[in-house]
Order: sequence, then C-alpha cells, then structure tokens
Amino acid sequence: MYEHLETAVNPAGLKRVVVDPVSRVEGHGKVTLLLDAENRVQQARLHIVEFRGFEKFIQGRPYWELPVLVQRLCGICPVSHHLAAAKAIDQLVGVDPADLTPAADKLRRLLHFGQVLQSHALHFFHLSSPDLLFGFDSDIAKRNVIAVLAEYPEIGLQGVKLRKYGQEVIRMVSGKRVHGTGAIPGGMNKALSRDERDYLLQDIDQVLAWAESAVALIKSVHTANLPYYDEFATIRSNYLGLIKPNGAMELYHGGIRAKTDSGTTIVDHYDYCAYTDLIHEEVRSWSYMKFPYLTALGKADGWYRVGPLARVNNCDFIDTPLAEAARVEFKQHGGEAMVHSTLAFHWARLIELLHCAEGIKILLRDSDVMSSHLLVQGEKRYEGIGVIEAPRGTLFHHYQIDDNDIVTKANLIVSTTSNNMGMNESVRQVAAEYLSGRELTEPLLNSLEVAIRAYDPCLSCATHAVGKMPLQLELVDAEGQVIDRLIRHSDGEFEHGLA
Amino acid sequence: MTALKPVLVFAYGNPSRGDDALGPLLLEALENQVGTNTVEFIVDFQLQIEHALDIQGRRVAIFVDASVKAEMPYQFSRLMPLRDRSYTSHAMSPAALLDVYQALYGSPPPTFLLGIAGLSFELGEVLSPDAAQNLALAVEFACRLLSGSAEDILAAAIKVVPPLDLPVPA
Repeated sequence: MYEHLETAVNPAGLKRVVVDPVSRVEGHGKVTLLLDAENRVQQARLHIVEFRGFEKFIQGRPYWELPVLVQRLCGICPVSHHLAAAKAIDQLVGVDPADLTPAADKLRRLLHFGQVLQSHALHFFHLSSPDLLFGFDSDIAKRNVIAVLAEYPEIGLQGVKLRKYGQEVIRMVSGKRVHGTGAIPGGMNKALSRDERDYLLQDIDQVLAWAESAVALIKSVHTANLPYYDEFATIRSNYLGLIKPNGAMELYHGGIRAKTDSGTTIVDHYDYCAYTDLIHEEVRSWSYMKFPYLTALGKADGWYRVGPLARVNNCDFIDTPLAEAARVEFKQHGGEAMVHSTLAFHWARLIELLHCAEGIKILLRDSDVMSSHLLVQGEKRYEGIGVIEAPRGTLFHHYQIDDNDIVTKANLIVSTTSNNMGMNESVRQVAAEYLSGRELTEPLLNSLEVAIRAYDPCLSCATHAVGKMPLQLELVDAEGQVIDRLIRHSDGEFEHGLA
Repeated sequence: MTALKPVLVFAYGNPSRGDDALGPLLLEALENQVGTNTVEFIVDFQLQIEHALDIQGRRVAIFVDASVKAEMPYQFSRLMPLRDRSYTSHAMSPAALLDVYQALYGSPPPTFLLGIAGLSFELGEVLSPDAAQNLALAVEFACRLLSGSAEDILAAAIKVVPPLDLPVPA
C-alpha cells in the first residue's frame, strides 16, 4: 500500500506543507506533507493534535452520571456515547442486552436511528455535497452549503429537514434536544406518548422519500465518474463492525464481524465483551490518536476500517427492503466481494440513512414504543462493556467500578480511532497518486481533505466559543523557515502573511 | 405540537467544557426568572443548519454563547447574515446560520447575540471565577431585556445596541 510514505527516509532538506486544521470535519487535525525539490511527496501524515483525555474525564464519577455526562464528549454524536455508556452501565446493574424489555430495546433503537439519520444527513448534505456536486477543484467560494442551497435548493433543503427530523426523533424519545436521559441503567425512563408518536409519523413518509432521493443522487454522482470515484483515495483494508445473528446489518447490538479485503471472514458473531483479546492499540510518536489492529493479524496486516462502508460491506443483507435493494446495487457496482473505494463511504452512508428512515417508520408503528414496561433490575457487577455502531463506526465504552459505585477505570475506543490507519493510507494514496510532483494549489490540498472527509471523522470534541477554531496554512522552506502563512478565523476573516 | 412563541432565546455550549457552559447556564437561570409565555428557551451543544428552522416565524431571536472575543463581561450585538467560514465545520456561527436562513426563507427576523466573556474551555473544567461573575451580570441584563411583550423585548434589544458600556470586574 502506501505505508512507505509514513516516514521519509531522509527528512532533512525536504519542504514541508501543512494543512491545519482540516476543515469540514469535527475537531482539530492537520495534514503534513514533506516534499523534495521536485515536489515529489516523501512523507504524508494525518496528525491528531489535541489530546482528549476522555477516560480521565470519566474516572472518579459515579456510574449513574455517565449516560448524561458522556454526551458532552461530543457535540455531534452525543446520543452514540449516551447509548454505548447505557449498554455498559446496564451490565453494571446486572442487566444484559437480552434482558431489556421489548419497549426499552425498541425505544433505544429508535433513538439510535434518529441519531444516525441526523448525523449522516449533516455529513452528506452540509459537509460533503459541496465537493461532490461542484467538484473537488471548484472555486473555494462555492464549496459550502450556502452554494448548494443556491444552486440545488431542493437538495439543500432536504438535507436541512432530514437533519431536523432526526433531531426531533431524539427530542421525542429522550425528552430533550441535549442532555436527555432517555436511556437509564436497565432500560429507558420514558416511553413515547401517542401524541409524540403521531407527531413523528406525520413526516416519516416524506423523510423516506427524501432518503431514497439521496441514495439516487449519490449513486448518480458516483457512477457518473466511476473510474475516478472508485480509485480516488482508495485503499484495500479489513473491515469490522457489529452484525445481527442472522447476518443482517446491525447498528445497536450484535456480535463483531471482521472480514479481509477479499471478503474472507476473520471473526464472526464475536462477543464484544472480549474485545481486548481481539483488538490492540498501537501508539505512534507523531499522533495523539492510537492505531488499533486485529491482534491475530498483527500490526502490519491487522488494521481495519469501520463505519458505513464497513457495515455495508460486512453484512449479508439489510433487513429493510429499500435499503437492501440499494445495498445490492452498491455491491454489484464494485464487481468484487468488498467495495474499497473511499468515496463509496458516501454512498454507503446514504444507504444507511435510508435504512434508518425505514427503521424509524417500522418502530413508530410498533405499539411497544408506547409501553410503560421500561425497566429491569439485576445484581451489581463491577465491570460493564457497551458497544454500538455509531454513525462513524464501532464505538466501545468499557468501565470498571468500585464498591462505592465510582468509576475506577474507563476505556473508550471511538470510531475515528479505528479509522486512523485508513485515513492516513487514504491521505498517502492521494498524495502519491494525485499530488506528487505537481505545484501544490488550494484545490489539490482540498483533495487531501476530501479523502479525510469521506470517513466523516470526529477528531475531537467541539469547543466553539466565538473566536475559536481558526484554520492555518503554512509554507515552510527546505531550511524549516516559515515563508508564508494564511490564517482563516472562524468569523471568516482572513489574515495573510507573516506577523 | 405547541404554539410557536414569538421570542427565541437559543443558548449553545458544552456544560463540561469550563466556560463553554456560560450559554446553557444563563438559560438555566433565566428559566426560573423569565415568563415563558412569550419566550421559548432552547439549548444545544452547538449551532447547526437545522437550527435555521428554529428561527422561522419568530418576532425576535437572541443567541447566547461564551465568547473569547468579548472585551466586556458580556456584549450584546445585532447579528446580520454573514457568509463566514464556519459553515464548513460541524459548528456554525449564528451569523452563518442567519445566512442559511436567508438562503432558505429570505430576511430573518431581528436577531441578536449575547456573548458572555469566557476564558477557559478544557474538557472537565468547571466555570472559572471570572466567567461566573460575567454570568451574573449577563443574567441581570437578560432579565431586564426579556420582560413584557415580544414588541417590548424587540424595542429594548434595539435600544441597547451598540453594546452596553459596562464596567469590567476587577
């Protein structure tokens, strides 16, 4: 693959180009390139430059605080952390997933479908559609959602409303937009009222129609330029995710399935409570984000990708009809057992969005979501592990508590960490195949970001106070001197030149 | 499901990130002191495109956020649609949100930003002492502002823009 570009043989004297931070992703990451005198790429890395310290944030807290507290780890997928924590804490109160009441299980799934739907809508319509609709090398002034709203108003508005609908599902199930306490140890704290159910049902057919349109849109975008979309940033990898017992796609609860790049099964229906035997995390000196790998395959061959592409690749089928038909078309286009195109993450993501819309409709028509049988109890345990498929991929929460119910140990593996090696390989593929030897321009640098954005990474929790989150691009000469600098502040002001 | 209230107060911030909690904390204080017949309070972690829909049909909208730019304990200013770069991230500025609104529906209702000065935003931190003082002053200001009808609130908001000249706490 492209691992030879992780570390330059002789970095002295190479030009350094920094894209910092990568835009249209969550959090703060940067890409560095080392170039020789002919602009040939000798090294390319995606660095995560903020240490998050999630585990420290959680340790020392009473376990019952966690379902609310962990939502604050991320402003984009709070519900994913909420549900992963809730599953872990169920175990701390002696409740296994199979013990939940049907009402609690279905309400959690409904909450999760709402979360995945809104997250996927945000990513596609808001963050990625400008690249996909206008082109990676289009005028930077056009690469934003406002331009999408201006030139494709129907598509832009559908994106806004799909996102809003997902948020409304979350609000109805958890009682609040944020800080909701929908899931509690052993179940849920409220059911849907009939009014709430009917309110959500009003729009679900429209949401389904929009989701179908979105799948048709990404399919046409992808297939209109098929060789390029199948090759850009594309790497071959293993894939990992949860799966239902019958092999269907699963987002909330199941065993782990991992497959190789040729589709051979590595593990299947693996109990996630034994994940520490399955996965190890490697530390590399140049990034705060770890590099997980399947222990049995080793560091060099065991890295894997998670998220929509992994889930659609790994499952035998999707158990909702429209999404299943879309999956079959998706798999056929690639012509082999697994689809490896990094840009196909977008296509897979929208197939999942459609699946979520179908899943929401099915659950809203199920009277269990209005049932008052919401809680079960068990005997206290000292260790709990919860795993779900978050929008960006498999999310692990692992806690240990003491006699006073205080968390003494916490371990989180977030989805983006699992995709760390994949994102780096995609960056290196783009650097090697599309940038190397060329004069670097803003559109070419954007193509690096396009590769990263396909993974929808969540690089850190958002802090967004006014004046935060600038973007900085530096040009450094062969002697390591910064010779030019462009800073883009969050309020849109540009500052060009050396201070 | 319920009738739309003419005044929106929308606070955003992460309660577990130190002074980023200023917006949500202001709302928490106001909910006990301001009548909710006219005013709808919404809190979220950060602004996103769909929040443009929350502005629709309002007489006046006020966003509340922690600010590292505010030179005073708090700053109250008028917001206009602005195509800044924040729409390229997961978190938008309120001015960019108004720009989205404008693209969708035309001119937005009069919209203001109450920025409360914050200093420290690390995960797991509590509110800093300076930010707590700023919050108290901002709550006083917001309580005065948010009394009476929607027209009263709009008139009061327009009257205090440009920003109030307030003493900076020692």
